[in-house]
Amino acid sequence: MFFPISGVQISPIYLAIVGFIIGVLGGFFGVGGSFLAGPALRAVGLHWNFAVGTDLAHIVGKSVVAAKRHRALGNVDLKLGLLMAIGTIGGSEIGAQLIQLLKRKGNVDFVVSIVSITVYVFISAFMIWETGKSLRSKRRSSKGAGKNDHSEFGHVTRAIQRVKIAPMVSLPASGVKGISLWVILIVSLIGGLLSGFLGGGGGYIRMPAMVYILGIPTHLAVGTDLFEIIISASYGTFTHALKGNVDILIALVMHTGAAIGAQIGATATQYFTGPKIRLALSRSR
Amino acid sequence: MKKETATTLRAFLIELVAYGFLVVAYFLCVLHFLAGWLYQLEVQHRTTYAAVAILLIIGQAVVLEGLTTLLLRLFGGRSE
Repeated sequence: MFFPISGVQISPIYLAIVGFIIGVLGGFFGVGGSFLAGPALRAVGLHWNFAVGTDLAHIVGKSVVAAKRHRALGNVDLKLGLLMAIGTIGGSEIGAQLIQLLKRKGNVDFVVSIVSITVYVFISAFMIWETGKSLRSKRRSSKGAGKNDHSEFGHVTRAIQRVKIAPMVSLPASGVKGISLWVILIVSLIGGLLSGFLGGGGGYIRMPAMVYILGIPTHLAVGTDLFEIIISASYGTFTHALKGNVDILIALVMHTGAAIGAQIGATATQYFTGPKIRLALSRSR
Repeated sequence: MKKETATTLRAFLIELVAYGFLVVAYFLCVLHFLAGWLYQLEVQHRTTYAAVAILLIIGQAVVLEGLTTLLLRLFGGRSE
């Protein structure tokens, strides 16, 4: 099928299958799935700038479905999601401007490829190391299952929560008594920057950051991240569309597969503990 | 537990069928009829295109979610 906006010929079945796989991953891990969507769209000839913008558009739809399911499961902290959306939108705009700059210089494909590989490898390696340690120590202490969570990075989280730079905010839904608003904004700004630059919702960095830096339980981090992605990815889609980087027809086809995948993924989180979800996320990249 | 798993699987199969029909509908109708219009909009009125793009993707998400939930209620799967 020919997509006139981006000027490429892609099989709609291919797009729906890619969307389905990304939907399952997104619903389960609370990530946008750009680490898969970007390369998958590039592989069929879409330029990086279109891959980034189009992926964001499809993520908006997918996140609506997955976040609704997570909200029903009690996995969404609305207050945290809204606060994070502020930083993410700022970061997303910076990322989109960087893409424009690289587009003008004519080396967007090369730079984004190098940065994406570096970021994904680093996060994957860190999460495999941390969750491996968490699961081993959990096995030794043999504490229950279900939604029980445990992180070997807990001492860093506690140190960050001891930083008392006003204004302080409490997140009762996530069990956080007090944390500096600046920490939340910085975490979400970095997530937004990568989101605008590499595409996707930035969940591949924001979800682990919510767990390790903010101290949010993994299940809540997944659901809250998806809720936040709806707001930030909508903004990202709008700003990328203004810059001519969105082929909404491709996004609509991808979303037909992603919508059902997201529901399956979100429902599956009920059957896994926090460290197991994090370990699976690190290995999925 | 086995019964619960069977119900969940049945529910997902119903969803797959519903989505399958919608995918075909999109491929044959929406994309065919909207492609030209959206292309012109993207070239001539980019701000409107940006807004329409978001509305279309959210609209599709809401419709797909709502339709499958309705089907699941009708067929006795998950009620949520």
